[in-house]
Amino acid sequence: MIPAPFEYARAGSAAEAISLIGEHGEDAKFIAGGHSLLPLMKLRLAQPSVLVDIGRVSDLSYIRDTGDHIAIGALTRHRDVETSSLLAEHVPLLAHAASHVGDPQVRHRGTIGGSIAHADPASDLPATTLALGATYVAQGPNGTREIAASDFYQGFLESALNPDEMLTEIRVPKMTGAGWSFQKFNRRAQDWAIVGVAAWRRNGDSGVALVNMGSTPILATSVASALAGGASIADAAEQAAAEAEPQNDLNASSEYRVHLAKVLVRRALEEASK
Amino acid sequence: MSIVEDAPAAVIGTRRLRREDPALLTGEAKFTNDLDIPGALHLAILRSPYARARILGVDLSGALAVPGVVAAYSGADLQSAWAAPMPCAWPVTADMKNPAHYPLAATTANYAGDGVACVLATSEAAAKDALDAIEVTYEPLPAVIGLEDSLSDRVVIHDELGTNKSYTWDLKVGEDTVTQAFAEAAYTVSERYVQQRLIPMAMEPRAVVAVPQPFGGDMTLYSSTQVPHILKVMTALTLGIPEHQMRVVAPSVGGGFGAKLNVYAEELLAVALAKKHGKAVRWNESRTENTQASIHGRGQIQHIELAADADGKLTAVRVRLLADMGAYLQLVTPGIPILGAFLYAGVYDLPAAYDFSCTSVFTNLTPTDAYRGAGRPEATYAIERAMDALAAEIGIDPMELRKRNFIRKDQFPYTAFSGLTYDSGDHLAAAEKAAEMADYAGLRAKQAVQNASGTKKLGIGVSSYFEMCGLAPSRVLASLNYGAGGWEAATVRILPTNKVQVVTGASPHGQGHETSWSMIVADKLGVSPDDVDVLHSDTAISPLGLDTYGSRSLVVGGVAIDMACDKVIDKARKIAAHQLEASPDDLDFVGGTFSVKGSPDRSTPLAAVAFAAFTAHDLPDGVEPNLEAHVTYDPPNFSWPFGTHICVVEVDTETGGVEVLQYVAVDDCGNQINPLIVDGQVHGGVIQGLAQALFEEAVFDEDGNLKTSSLAEYLVPAACDVPPITTGHTITPSPTNALGVKGIGEAGTIGAAPAVINAIVDALSGLGVRDMPMPASPLTVWNAIQTAQGGNQ
Repeated sequence: MIPAPFEYARAGSAAEAISLIGEHGEDAKFIAGGHSLLPLMKLRLAQPSVLVDIGRVSDLSYIRDTGDHIAIGALTRHRDVETSSLLAEHVPLLAHAASHVGDPQVRHRGTIGGSIAHADPASDLPATTLALGATYVAQGPNGTREIAASDFYQGFLESALNPDEMLTEIRVPKMTGAGWSFQKFNRRAQDWAIVGVAAWRRNGDSGVALVNMGSTPILATSVASALAGGASIADAAEQAAAEAEPQNDLNASSEYRVHLAKVLVRRALEEASK
Repeated sequence: MSIVEDAPAAVIGTRRLRREDPALLTGEAKFTNDLDIPGALHLAILRSPYARARILGVDLSGALAVPGVVAAYSGADLQSAWAAPMPCAWPVTADMKNPAHYPLAATTANYAGDGVACVLATSEAAAKDALDAIEVTYEPLPAVIGLEDSLSDRVVIHDELGTNKSYTWDLKVGEDTVTQAFAEAAYTVSERYVQQRLIPMAMEPRAVVAVPQPFGGDMTLYSSTQVPHILKVMTALTLGIPEHQMRVVAPSVGGGFGAKLNVYAEELLAVALAKKHGKAVRWNESRTENTQASIHGRGQIQHIELAADADGKLTAVRVRLLADMGAYLQLVTPGIPILGAFLYAGVYDLPAAYDFSCTSVFTNLTPTDAYRGAGRPEATYAIERAMDALAAEIGIDPMELRKRNFIRKDQFPYTAFSGLTYDSGDHLAAAEKAAEMADYAGLRAKQAVQNASGTKKLGIGVSSYFEMCGLAPSRVLASLNYGAGGWEAATVRILPTNKVQVVTGASPHGQGHETSWSMIVADKLGVSPDDVDVLHSDTAISPLGLDTYGSRSLVVGGVAIDMACDKVIDKARKIAAHQLEASPDDLDFVGGTFSVKGSPDRSTPLAAVAFAAFTAHDLPDGVEPNLEAHVTYDPPNFSWPFGTHICVVEVDTETGGVEVLQYVAVDDCGNQINPLIVDGQVHGGVIQGLAQALFEEAVFDEDGNLKTSSLAEYLVPAACDVPPITTGHTITPSPTNALGVKGIGEAGTIGAAPAVINAIVDALSGLGVRDMPMPASPLTVWNAIQTAQGGNQ
């Protein structure tokens, strides 16, 4: 469990990090909390030649009220998302989902930006921010750009970030007063979800996204459309897997995943409608 | 009288905190990998990625070019280092097939994880980097994964054996009676169960340091092992090192569960290479290696048939077992199914009508061997699941069926069909206590209401177990062809200042022997447990011993301590009598003081006797100086703990999710030295049984690659994944030993898995579900429901 040799550089700021990554090319990787990358490196499944450590870029750890949105710095730890009073008031779904990531040790080290940039369909926060209609801010050598969560996830562990770009901020629309639910179905509390559902409802609007139902986090648009069209929760939930392409693995067949998604979406919508 | 009143309160039976824990909990305890050995070389092993492949060539040049690398070897390079193949100490039958097995494979790799080459380097990182630079040319061969496939000999794994069958071992009592019983039975059941392979996951993976001593060829081997004494003998034999020049030390060991009851390739490689290079060699197992190259447990296909009369009384048991040895026979691999062979009738009063046969086969998978319970959880699972099937067949409550069949209290000591004597027991009392604690009747009433509708089904599972442990009477082991005895050694030594040194041949790795042994000695000698030092796990300090496994430490090793105390007291009594000018027979020894019977003012404390024994100024004629006694105790019988566990689950029929709502464990291990430690053993044991029932399975693909090679895929439950466990006890002291104790280390594991699965099947019986494979993952449960409901699964 020893990684292959690699060079290490620590960045003091986002600009320095981007410059370092540009300098070292495609074999360089950002490392923040390290909870996705390091296990892959220890198994030598990932062998980056350079690690650019952004863990001490402290000005990227914040949760701020920006009016319509809550802005979360990419280096904010899951634990800080979980316990934020701003999020508890305006986006409780996200705070609650963060409380389901891994275990307490993981939540104290892992970062929301790392989780999203890793683009793991089995992670809780990519799907949750997708359901919430979040926008991600990427910084590159030529400045910053905004990427809608719905445009961000390109494939398994693939995002719209360019190799020389760094995710710096997550902007989540305020959902004050919305009904919400986060359903995480797994075998052990600390595991990735076999299937997960993040859902919210407010004034006839809704958002539903699925964890681990394909190669990317899945926005269940058919469910939202059905609800908007007046379908019952039970009928809308039948559309749960319409956008999904679930895989087989040790914990689930694709057929079972589709079934679970329907059950969990129904339960999520029932809870979000209370 | 005053002496009796002043006697310290008994320490035995109190919930004394473990003296081992402060160092363990603060990280101060030294494990093998913590040992700082200057100049030690680091060993790394290259392992076959194929389950079966011919090794056509090994090119080490790339590895040798890596900075820091001192040497690299293929299996063929080291073939001359071995005086003998790796040991299998349990040839269960005279014609058992046992392929030669060496620390590194020289010509053919026989499982994914089989070592094929190794590197020595000045750092662990350099050694690991060098593995990537070794080029092995393999010719992949067809691999055998399934047990029934193996038995067919479609592909023979070891050419030289001509078959994949290692042995067939029978225990047949009254064959004609069995046939007749099945012909005449009012009820029969015929069940097939699969004991999935499990991967023992000690918190501390294995680790080894071999340190050659300057001049003369002495070698010290530090290893994270349960069995330093056995390892010393086997290392000497396998490497041709004179036994008196081998010393084995087990530092703090972070769990073993049977997986460290072995002699492993890495231990032999480290010693051989330390000898060859004249330098210390160390190796530290990664978690991935732990999953591939430490032994696995279980791995059986069980076919059990029960015959019963009109009252549900068992009249015959027939068992056909197919057991997975893996690629090679490790230290006691072939004996594991045999340890369960006597227990397929469980706690029930069976006439002499028992037909057991076990056939064991090789596969291209990691070798199997002892894992907590070793054969007995498998046996208990089969009979306890089959009893539930029989209850369903008859249409009576499973608890009622058990009560009709229990061996009654007045039948003990009970001579079983097998000829073994069960020394004591009261199964009905344990079952009734468990039923009361769980409110069994109330649960059944609640279940009737709840399960009539809805998607949350309540299930109640019962498991009554009996276990045969405390290995073991040496003569019985001889009759089973086991390669060693079952005794244990103990020394008790009173130092000049009345502090006590105890040397035990048991080798703790988490059980708390130091605490328990000090409590036994404290009560015997009238000293504080804090004044008792317990030495162990170093063959230079404790030269004789048979180590820790099979719930044997207390019932053999602890009893030996008790006996050694008696022997020391006998000697001290002679000296005290001399001091008091009385006859030894006229002395009482209470609370650490000798006094003349009827004249309590004429007394001398043990401290004075100890000092007198040390100065030796005035000892009676013929009495040697010092107070020290050695005992080697060979138990006359196994230990027979028992109990009843009740598990209550709620199954979500929409998702297949199982929630354990309640778990009641009533265990009877006779007298308890430290009830806190007993509860800890029950908790840990139950969780390991529950883990087999719900979570854990070594999964392989069709080519024999392990798909659960990390803790992300191999689901060891964490604290938040297990239910609260309510423990209770009945106490039926063992008449076999003076302490009245029975083993408890494996009991929880043995009782738990069938209780959990019985509960799940009970919950779903209304949906037509009759059986549930382990582990009962949500997917498995959901599939079973779909199948029972006539779905398309």
